[in-house]
Amino acid sequence: MIRAADVAVGDELPPLALRITRADLVRYAGASGDFNPIHWSDRFATGVGLPGVIAHGMLTMGLAGRIVTEWAGDPGAVVEYGVRFGRPVPVPDDDEGALVEVTGKVTKVLEDGTFKVNVTASFEGKSVLGGASARVRLP
Amino acid sequence: MPLDQSYIGRAYPPSAPYEVGREKIREFADAVGETSPVHRDPEAARAAGYRDVIAPPTFAVIVSLKANDVLVDDPELGLDYSRVVHGDQTFTHHRPITAGDRLVVALHVDAIQSRMGNDMLSVRAEISTDEGELVTTGRCTLVVRGEDA
Repeated sequence: MIRAADVAVGDELPPLALRITRADLVRYAGASGDFNPIHWSDRFATGVGLPGVIAHGMLTMGLAGRIVTEWAGDPGAVVEYGVRFGRPVPVPDDDEGALVEVTGKVTKVLEDGTFKVNVTASFEGKSVLGGASARVRLP
Repeated sequence: MPLDQSYIGRAYPPSAPYEVGREKIREFADAVGETSPVHRDPEAARAAGYRDVIAPPTFAVIVSLKANDVLVDDPELGLDYSRVVHGDQTFTHHRPITAGDRLVVALHVDAIQSRMGNDMLSVRAEISTDEGELVTTGRCTLVVRGEDA
């Protein structure tokens, strides 16, 4: 686990490249209880004006959060995590899925000693999570 | 029709308890690709200082999503959930959600705003154990798309 003494404002976290496939959407629907058909039915998704099935925003949030938990070494160190849901991530029905790229950077040490980490997630070069950040308590 | 502003400050009674199971934590960790043993192995979790396996940071969505049903089921609020888009979400953990927790959720409507024909509902979910220990606070904005939007 990383220690507070080894962290400085400006540090960049090891980036993540995530591939989201239809199988991931099915698995997340079952695990989270979010069975909205826009995440599994092209017929339904196009019927409400989407280009096709899109990833759950909360799945993108959960996957992107790994940049922080993997860096911290202890998922329990993440005391706060928040995102705005931006553009949807369309997930094609193929083996490649959608590629989401995630970056993170330590931006601040807060008064309570926790570190603020800003997170970005992008699909085809465009942001899919706005203003995403985590607060991390390190030993 | 815009949402009733008198709902600002409304607090709903706590939900029935949700018991957090080890296998549910493992299943959710698999779904978001979290590989840490503290989500799977009670011994590893105890060695890291936890009572039992702990949940990934966004696990709380399981109970907060379910808790939103009280909004959908409140006929006087008039929320058309088919028009609702999840605008943002933040979880603040007072401690990690842990296997064995019996979680109850109390929902609060903190704000209702209208913007460009859309209603924005700021909802706070206070998630605590059924013994009254506050575990996680979830905050989200539900955007209700207007008829013309």
